[in-house]
Amino acid sequence: MGGLQKKKFESGSATNYITRNKARKKLQLSLPDFRRLCILKGIYPHEPKHKKKVNKGSTAPRTFYLLKDIRFLLHEPIVGKFRQYKVFVRKLKKAYGKTEYSAVERLKDNKPTYKLDHIVKERYPTFIDALRDIEDALCMCFLFSTFARTGKCHVQTIQLCRRLTVEWMNYVVASRALRKVFISIKGIYYQAEVMGQLITWLVPYQFSHDHPTDVDYRVMATFTEFYTTLLGFINFRLYHSLNLVYPPKIDSETVQELKCENDEDYALNSESYLEKLSALSASLARATSAVDEDDVQLDHFPVDEEDFEKMEAREKEQKQQEAHKKIFEGLKFFLNREVPRESLAFVIRCFGGEVSWDKSVCIGSPYDVTDETITHHIVDRPSIDKPYINRYYIQPQWVYDCVNARVLLPVEDYFIGVTLPPHLSPFVEETDGDYVPPEKLKMMALQRGEKPAEENDESEEEEEEDEEEEAAEEEDDGEDEEDEVEEKNLKKLEEQRSKGKSLQVKVTPGKLKVENRARLEQEEKAEEKRLAIMMMKKREKYLYDKIMFGKKRKVREANKLAEKRKAHDDAEKAKKKRARK
Amino acid sequence: MEDTRKSADSGEMNAVPERTQKKKKEKRKRDVEQEGDGMFSINEKLSDRGDSDSEDSVYSGLQDSGSDSDDDDDDDEAQDDNLKDGDSGRTEEYDHDSSDEEDIRNTVGNIPMEWYKDFPHIGYDLDGKKIYKPIRNKDELDEFLEKMDNPDYWRTVTDKQTGSDIILSDEQVELVKRLQRGQFGDVSFDEYQPWVDFFTKDVMLHPVTNRPADKRSFIPSLIEKEKVSKLVHAIKMGWIKPRQGKDDSRGHYYDLWGNEDSSLLARHRMHLPAPKTPLPGHQESYNPPPEYLFTDEEQALWEQQDPSDRKLPFVPRKFSSLRQVPAFPRFIHERFERCLDLYLCPRQRKMRVNVNPEDLIPKLPKPKDLQPFPTTQSLVYEGHSSLVRSISVSPSGQWLASGSDDGSVRFWEVSSSRCVKVVQVGRAVKTVCWNPNPSVCLLAVALESLVFILSPSLADREVVSASERLLAGQQEAVPTDVAGPVTWVDSEKEEHNHGIRLKIQHPKPVQQVVWHTKGDYLAAVMPDHSSHQQVFIHQLSRRRSQNPFRRNKGLVQCVSFHPIRPYFFVATQRSIRIYNLVKQEMSKKLQANSKWISSMAVHPGGDHVICASYDCRLSWFDLDLSTKPYKMLRHHKKAVRSVAYHRLYPLFASASDDGSVIVCHGTVYNDLLQNPLIVPVKVLKGHVITHDLGVLDVTFHPTQPWIFSSGADATIRLFT
Repeated sequence: MGGLQKKKFESGSATNYITRNKARKKLQLSLPDFRRLCILKGIYPHEPKHKKKVNKGSTAPRTFYLLKDIRFLLHEPIVGKFRQYKVFVRKLKKAYGKTEYSAVERLKDNKPTYKLDHIVKERYPTFIDALRDIEDALCMCFLFSTFARTGKCHVQTIQLCRRLTVEWMNYVVASRALRKVFISIKGIYYQAEVMGQLITWLVPYQFSHDHPTDVDYRVMATFTEFYTTLLGFINFRLYHSLNLVYPPKIDSETVQELKCENDEDYALNSESYLEKLSALSASLARATSAVDEDDVQLDHFPVDEEDFEKMEAREKEQKQQEAHKKIFEGLKFFLNREVPRESLAFVIRCFGGEVSWDKSVCIGSPYDVTDETITHHIVDRPSIDKPYINRYYIQPQWVYDCVNARVLLPVEDYFIGVTLPPHLSPFVEETDGDYVPPEKLKMMALQRGEKPAEENDESEEEEEEDEEEEAAEEEDDGEDEEDEVEEKNLKKLEEQRSKGKSLQVKVTPGKLKVENRARLEQEEKAEEKRLAIMMMKKREKYLYDKIMFGKKRKVREANKLAEKRKAHDDAEKAKKKRARK
Repeated sequence: MEDTRKSADSGEMNAVPERTQKKKKEKRKRDVEQEGDGMFSINEKLSDRGDSDSEDSVYSGLQDSGSDSDDDDDDDEAQDDNLKDGDSGRTEEYDHDSSDEEDIRNTVGNIPMEWYKDFPHIGYDLDGKKIYKPIRNKDELDEFLEKMDNPDYWRTVTDKQTGSDIILSDEQVELVKRLQRGQFGDVSFDEYQPWVDFFTKDVMLHPVTNRPADKRSFIPSLIEKEKVSKLVHAIKMGWIKPRQGKDDSRGHYYDLWGNEDSSLLARHRMHLPAPKTPLPGHQESYNPPPEYLFTDEEQALWEQQDPSDRKLPFVPRKFSSLRQVPAFPRFIHERFERCLDLYLCPRQRKMRVNVNPEDLIPKLPKPKDLQPFPTTQSLVYEGHSSLVRSISVSPSGQWLASGSDDGSVRFWEVSSSRCVKVVQVGRAVKTVCWNPNPSVCLLAVALESLVFILSPSLADREVVSASERLLAGQQEAVPTDVAGPVTWVDSEKEEHNHGIRLKIQHPKPVQQVVWHTKGDYLAAVMPDHSSHQQVFIHQLSRRRSQNPFRRNKGLVQCVSFHPIRPYFFVATQRSIRIYNLVKQEMSKKLQANSKWISSMAVHPGGDHVICASYDCRLSWFDLDLSTKPYKMLRHHKKAVRSVAYHRLYPLFASASDDGSVIVCHGTVYNDLLQNPLIVPVKVLKGHVITHDLGVLDVTFHPTQPWIFSSGADATIRLFT
């Protein structure tokens, strides 16, 4: 055999990966710096296909980076900045140690800073790429904007986060992009459709945070550093796509209205400006004269019949969407003090409603409680002192449920003091076989335009479900039973035979065995399938078994939920009956 | 003291030098005293009070200054004193001194007073008497109360030497304060005297000094030059940077994607975007439907589980209104974990199998199209009292013979399930096997080391007589063959009546007997590890036996004759050997790929073999194709006991310990290129599992598509 002897682990996948420590040494960075660099540049470890090969024969758990990624980091200008910063810190320490305060001043003035613009551009070459990855950025910024201004991170970061999130919300209001809202125990989820991308973000409730000790805030701060840059550029682009001025300015007319009211309350003009923006009540200034973009019509193209149907469906969908966007148009809301103002104002404004609140809650309320034209007053307390006659007093869940149902739901279920109907997640899309809560079925019926039937509907559904279950059970049992029955018959016959003629022979009228054609056919098919499964190859059988196991588990879970629901409903009914008696 | 008085006399002019003098003196005095003692210490010097001025103690010093000021105030008195003698002056002084502390001075000397801590006294006075500690029984509380009540508490000091409390006077307090401030004890002392006013606001005619200007004031400074050049160099080298204007670039944004060249790098194509966080379901709602809430058991289970095993990372909760919803305590945690996932979690591209499970199922011809095959159990043959090891059908298909562990061989009529005949052989029957030659009616029965040849006389007279003749013909040949391990014995009278005609005695227990198709030869298997005498082939017509193998090649499980050609199949534990009987050599060895072969059947065509094994497998060999199995079938859940081919129909069956008989369709094509088609067509169940044994033997009807199976439940069943 000619040629040099090949050595192990000198080519192939072993050379494509590099462990973290080696990467760190190659970059000559400390671990925190390396971490920061990875976060900013979006470098993540890779799981090699053949871990043992990459790990040079060892099975020790290690994290691997792609060697190409690390090489790519070598040319990053930010690495130089990190080193400069290290030197800066050292010099500063020295100056302090020597008590040379003038040197300290000078050094502080020349503190090295870096920009992340090029990294954003590099990580997301197109705008849509950036938009796709914005969810985490939004969640993080919304979280940071709720932090107290002391302690865990720089005040500037918090302020910047607040500014960016307010800008984002204003954009969503201006573009009417919001689609779904969900109040969960974690916070409030919003889903917006921006440039065709569905973006979901989570906003925590407005409470002060109980800062945990086992969380490394430096990591989060580094992420936020990048995310604020990203979000800022995205906001800029989005505002310009709507012909809005960036940084956002409140429309000049509304500014004057607001100005006369309470200018003295705020010491800083900039502060009050952000507050006014975050009130979400004012419309934003446009760069050019406003063009109505809402009336974009789908052009009609000459199409085939097949496509025609599709197009019709698309048109219908668009119409629905338009209607959805204007769901609160013409309604006037007033928020009581205790309801979460920002969330509700945001949602209502996104769907074209007018909203106001108590002056003491926030700046920029357009009208007062006493306004006679208010249609809905949102209250979250058991009773109210002085009700006005010509408005509905409803609980906040109504607003969210309307948005998710895409129709105005009947107000009766949401009055003050009424037990609220369950709040369902709009993100769940049930495929057949999944459990669908009865409330959702009701809502779907409402969407279809059917009138809400009384309780009959529910009971029917239940019955149907039950039948289905029973049928499923029977399928399993059926075959065995038949065999057993036959055997029993045979046994009886034989017994009679063996007992002989001495015993009295009874003749009983035979029962006509009704042959269920469909059922027989079904059974036959089932058996065929079973036999075919026997002939499967081993690997396919394994896969098949796995899939079937998953399916069965799903069915089991759905059944369990249905059972629980039934038990609950029965208990409720019994309670009602007892109450009646 | 005297000096001061003098100064007071001499007036203000020369007061300063005088005072400095006095100060010096005082200082000297203090130095002297400091050598000897600390405060309050009264030494031998005390006897000569003159030397030790009252400055011996702080208090005395205080007193002193007090007296000084007094002196200043009333000059007249001082003048009187001045006249007097030094001694008298001193006495005068002590008159002034109202404190009598000197009288109770302690004589212990300059020692740490802790030494007297445990004694009732604190020292000795001049007379050598003990000075007792003042009675103090103040505890902390009293101390505190006094602190609160006594207005003079703050100026009360304890004299360590005597243990008594002293209340400081105003002057003394003032003095302490002055000393603390670093001022002179003497109030009237002015340290800045004398003040000579050199410069006046008036311009004087002459300069104060007439010194000419230095040369250095006319030439540029070298040091400065050096400094400047250093700075210039540093600036040139870029070490010193001009002060940067503070630009708030953090909040400044522009159109980053303005010129979208969208140069997709290879990196972007290789990029694995992080999976998005899953969207919340109904159970996360603040007001979920009741079925999503945990029951008590679920709650307990959730609490018990490890956080990584939990299906939900939170407990669903229900709030009756929005205002009651609290902050989520793990919010920051979850965000942080997401961050960690984003930058720490290794990513891998995984192809998700999105297969419709129906597509995985192979498309087979429908069993309906492959009829006929047995589908339903039609008859049960009952009568045996123990498990039925073996069954065999007569070549005509009319009779069924079965051998059981209860020591009987029974003959049944197939169509009526009636037991026609019972032959008690006394011992557990291993195998029964009907002679395949239709012109004779003989049955071979194996029990222990014997093989019986039975003539059940269940046929026409002609056939019966033909079989008798066959056996009779053997008798003539008997004497020729005496030697050898096998002996042929004619049956005795009673046994003869039962139908037993011949007994073949073997050296070891016989496990299996098999007829050749012609019905003249009979092979018997005696599995044994150590011997080469595991298989015997008997010729019935000549009453001759021979051992075809000279060597032991493994534990023989079963044997079989080739239906057409002179081949002989021997199945050992893991392989099947095929011997050519004419050439007397091994022609093939089939690897069964299983642990332990249980039984084997040869296709009536002779080109295919199936073999069953105890590890639940059935392997189909195509002899023309390969020595490896063409197909492995894993249909059974438990050990496969027996397999059988149908003689006419393309069917084969396997019987297993799981109580089922599986009938498969196995078409064999004449075209050599086409592989046999194997389709399972029916699973027949009926036998009851007893002692972990299910179906023990299975055999097809020779002409009809019927199958017989015998089980451990002592029954034989017919499926049609």
